[in-house]
Amino acid sequence: MDAILAQLLNGLDKGGAYALIALGLTLVFGTLGVVNFAHGALFMLGCFCAVVFRYLLTIETVTIDPEQLSPWGAPVELRTPLVQDWLGDWGAFLVDYSVPLSVLFAVPVMLVIGIVMERGLIKHFYKRSHAEQILVTFGLAIVLQEIVKSFFGANPMPQPIPSDLRSAADVGAWFGMEAHTLTYPTWRLVYLLFSLGVIGAVFAFMRYTTFGMVVRAGMADRETVGVLGIDIDRRFTIIFGIAAVVAGVAGAMYTPLLAPNYQIGMDFLVLSFVVVVVGGMGSLPGAVVAGFLLGILQSFASMNEITSIIPGIDQVIIYLVAIVILLVRPRGLMGRSGVMES
Amino acid sequence: MIERDGAIMVTGCVTTGEAVAQQALCHELGVIYMSGLTHGNDTTGKDKRRYGFRHFFQGYMSGVAIAPLLAEEYGRERRAYHLTADYNWGWTQEESIMNATEALGWETVRAVRTPLGLGDYSQYLTPVLNSGADVLILNHYGHDMVNSLPQAVQFGMRERMANGKQFEIVVPMFSELMAVGAGDAVKGIIGTQNWNWQLEDDGSKAFTKSYGAEYGVPPSQSAHTGYVQTLLYADAVERAGTFYPPEVIKALEDFEFDGMGNGPTLYRGSDHQCFKEVLVVRGNEAPTSRFDVLDVVGKTPREEVMYDPAIFGGELGPYEPNQC
Amino acid sequence: MFSFTRKQFTMLVVFTAIVLTMPIWLSPLGAAYPGLMQKFVIYAIFAIGFNILFGLTGYLSFGHAAFLGVGSYTAVWSFKLLSMDMIPALFFAVIFAGIFALFIGYFSLRRSGIYFSILTLAFAQMSYSLAYSVLTPITNGETGLLIARDDPRAIDTMLGVGQSTSGMPMPSLMGFDLTGYSGFYICALVLIVCFFVSQKIFASPFGMALRCIKSNQTRMMYTGFNTKPYMLTAFVISGMFAGLAGGLLAVTDPIAGAERMKWTESGNLVLMTILGGVGTLVGPVIGAWLIKYFENIFSAINTNMLNSFFEFLPDGFQSVMVTVMSKFVGEGWHLTLGLVFVLIVVFLPGGLVEGTERLMRRFRRSSDKPRSSVSSAASEERS
Repeated sequence: MDAILAQLLNGLDKGGAYALIALGLTLVFGTLGVVNFAHGALFMLGCFCAVVFRYLLTIETVTIDPEQLSPWGAPVELRTPLVQDWLGDWGAFLVDYSVPLSVLFAVPVMLVIGIVMERGLIKHFYKRSHAEQILVTFGLAIVLQEIVKSFFGANPMPQPIPSDLRSAADVGAWFGMEAHTLTYPTWRLVYLLFSLGVIGAVFAFMRYTTFGMVVRAGMADRETVGVLGIDIDRRFTIIFGIAAVVAGVAGAMYTPLLAPNYQIGMDFLVLSFVVVVVGGMGSLPGAVVAGFLLGILQSFASMNEITSIIPGIDQVIIYLVAIVILLVRPRGLMGRSGVMES
Repeated sequence: MIERDGAIMVTGCVTTGEAVAQQALCHELGVIYMSGLTHGNDTTGKDKRRYGFRHFFQGYMSGVAIAPLLAEEYGRERRAYHLTADYNWGWTQEESIMNATEALGWETVRAVRTPLGLGDYSQYLTPVLNSGADVLILNHYGHDMVNSLPQAVQFGMRERMANGKQFEIVVPMFSELMAVGAGDAVKGIIGTQNWNWQLEDDGSKAFTKSYGAEYGVPPSQSAHTGYVQTLLYADAVERAGTFYPPEVIKALEDFEFDGMGNGPTLYRGSDHQCFKEVLVVRGNEAPTSRFDVLDVVGKTPREEVMYDPAIFGGELGPYEPNQC
Repeated sequence: MFSFTRKQFTMLVVFTAIVLTMPIWLSPLGAAYPGLMQKFVIYAIFAIGFNILFGLTGYLSFGHAAFLGVGSYTAVWSFKLLSMDMIPALFFAVIFAGIFALFIGYFSLRRSGIYFSILTLAFAQMSYSLAYSVLTPITNGETGLLIARDDPRAIDTMLGVGQSTSGMPMPSLMGFDLTGYSGFYICALVLIVCFFVSQKIFASPFGMALRCIKSNQTRMMYTGFNTKPYMLTAFVISGMFAGLAGGLLAVTDPIAGAERMKWTESGNLVLMTILGGVGTLVGPVIGAWLIKYFENIFSAINTNMLNSFFEFLPDGFQSVMVTVMSKFVGEGWHLTLGLVFVLIVVFLPGGLVEGTERLMRRFRRSSDKPRSSVSSAASEERS
């Protein structure tokens, strides 16, 4: 029983990441009709926002003490982070919590990146075929990831969890089970709550603001919206920016769980498309539901009981589900009927 | 490179799969291959080649070296769960460690293969908690270990009790770079190494000093083996008096040497593997800098880690290169 | 079917000449060593096959790397089980890749457009995961599949073909050794044959049907034409080309790894085809050669070479130029490639072939200036 609960938590946690990425992708496809193969790269850029933020926070003054020699003969360097110098304990707190705080940094940065991407490149491809959109965004993804590689190198740069949150929470105890039967890392729980929060925010935005209403209308029927005199093109830039922000903050918070490197975008890209396809390519709730569903499915499939029957099923189950859905119900779980059913 | 630049000696690799492939290619083309970082048994085991040479230690030696300390620290009544990276190195390492620990009296509860390069090990770590095991052995190296060890610690494994004993984690082979990458998670974890910059002998101290002066950081075991292999090649060429590969090979085979930081070392002719003492290390609970994250807590003498080359099979092949 | 227009014949002859003289014209570019030239030729075959699908029908598949992988693994297994001769290896590589393509194509072609692409992507990733970690007894996972001295080689032992006593057995063609330049020439011959096949397909009614599918599939179906078998055939043919390329990769270097099945390898294939010119005969070949050249030669340019290149500039300028350029060459070659690719997709979707055509048209127009405006307008309309 605890094994099942534990894998359920794993699945929800992973599913949160999948859902966030898929959310951004669906926003772009549902409103703009653009297939964005650079979305994984946006996730990667979000991860590196966290890296850069931490780097900025930990700029250190290095004083060299020529008296003391380290065992290998070089003079010992005393490193003090500047932030700590200026702000003392509060500075140390900032450095420790750099990952959650980087979200605040990531939001404006990703917004700018998204807007620049859309205005500069994506805008010209609205009328072009899907194949060409795929190609140009794929090329863009390569360029972005190579730029990151040339600045940060190819090694993963793990980011630390804030020290208070490093323990494992005794989840079992919350559910009335014996102590220490079901422990789960606290940061993963934090991530789950965070992803639910962002998803909630996006949905609230779509539901309760005029802008959101226009976007939803545009997703349902773009032509009529134009006929009503609303300039949806300008809205598109903001939508792309929002999608970039969602992907970016998902990445930033995920860094302690998965050390970011320049290739992480491509790895998540395939996953994100699979999730979107399962959920339904124009449906925001579909993307979220599919994200969590696939995360849970993948976790359960990796349970030893199941892998002993069908070895390796956890690697391929997501793709199998996507293939089956694409063949049997191409509009996805929650897509609008009639979409792409030829 | 061999065709384009006319290379006559090739060195360097970071994993056994690479080493085995490069070794085979160099053997075909008649170029000597001094491998770098490869720990899997196969490089001088079933995939040994006449033109390939390994200085770095391997899985069997790690297993034999680490077992006595594990028995001392954790006792002989342990139940182990292995998480193994699913590739050549992982497979042979798992086999060696399993044999060594089972010889102690430990029971292997389960051995699970994890895909190479997986970042998120949560789905593999959760079953460990309720499996009835009380030791987790991570047959992971490099990025795998830098991710899996901290995640295992995050799951609170080291605070748990299982079967009435403290739950422990063992990482049979690691390097300083990985230990630095894993951060606090490596404190108190037992493993083995080929060489460590903190060794006290003259050779090690000289190397550490000059490397530190050049690069500002102490050398890793991978750097050490790279330098040693190159020096050994150069020395063999001098002794053979020629660059002609079959003669250089004969000069290297069954060569006894010392002063390279590992004590007296034999380059065994029957499998082109160096035999020397193996270091057992433990994560430092209170590191004073970024670099002394590992303490040497034991040295297993060379006689104990020797083995009969026949246990791995394979054959070296001829002296003459394929194309001539 | 075997009629051959004069234009096609000339193109084939010129192409043959260029390919067979590769060692000559590549040496000033520093690329004339057999290992690289073999790669040039093999990836050109890969790209030609892909072009038959993407260029003619417009269906963008991300799964072809999987067929390449299947071809490689089949060839190595043939080396292990049957014989070191390359003919059974290539034969089985093509057959198995074709069967695999039939299977994947049957399912993927039930959808079109973006859904087709995602289906192929899903299949490709699934194949890669299977090859990497699930089917390791067959594929040997990350290490890759190698031949060993004591493999049972049924046909060889039957025919009494002895192995060379020294070292590892090498792939051969009827006992003829296949390393180095001889390997390159065999692959080049295969490329020329493939090019010929591609020419025939482009010019045939089959090719015409495929082009119709690209321009308006719905209308084609309305005229009573069943497009499915044509699509599937095109898919399988391109898969077989990929299998052939994979088999040749194993023939020139008897190892098969899972890395070549990653979907990003399919992405590279798309890059090659687009860069050169999708839908043209020579475009994919040029694209393949360019990218392989970048990968091997461009990536080896280091700061020393850059420094000597910019020596004529004053010191300050020189270091600035070297620092800037070093981001784009050497390790940054992939960045340059990505940028070039984006520029081509945005400004020159027909690839380099379209670029050269436009240039030539401009030269022709400027040399035709004295012509009257009417006739030049008419000639423009026709081109």
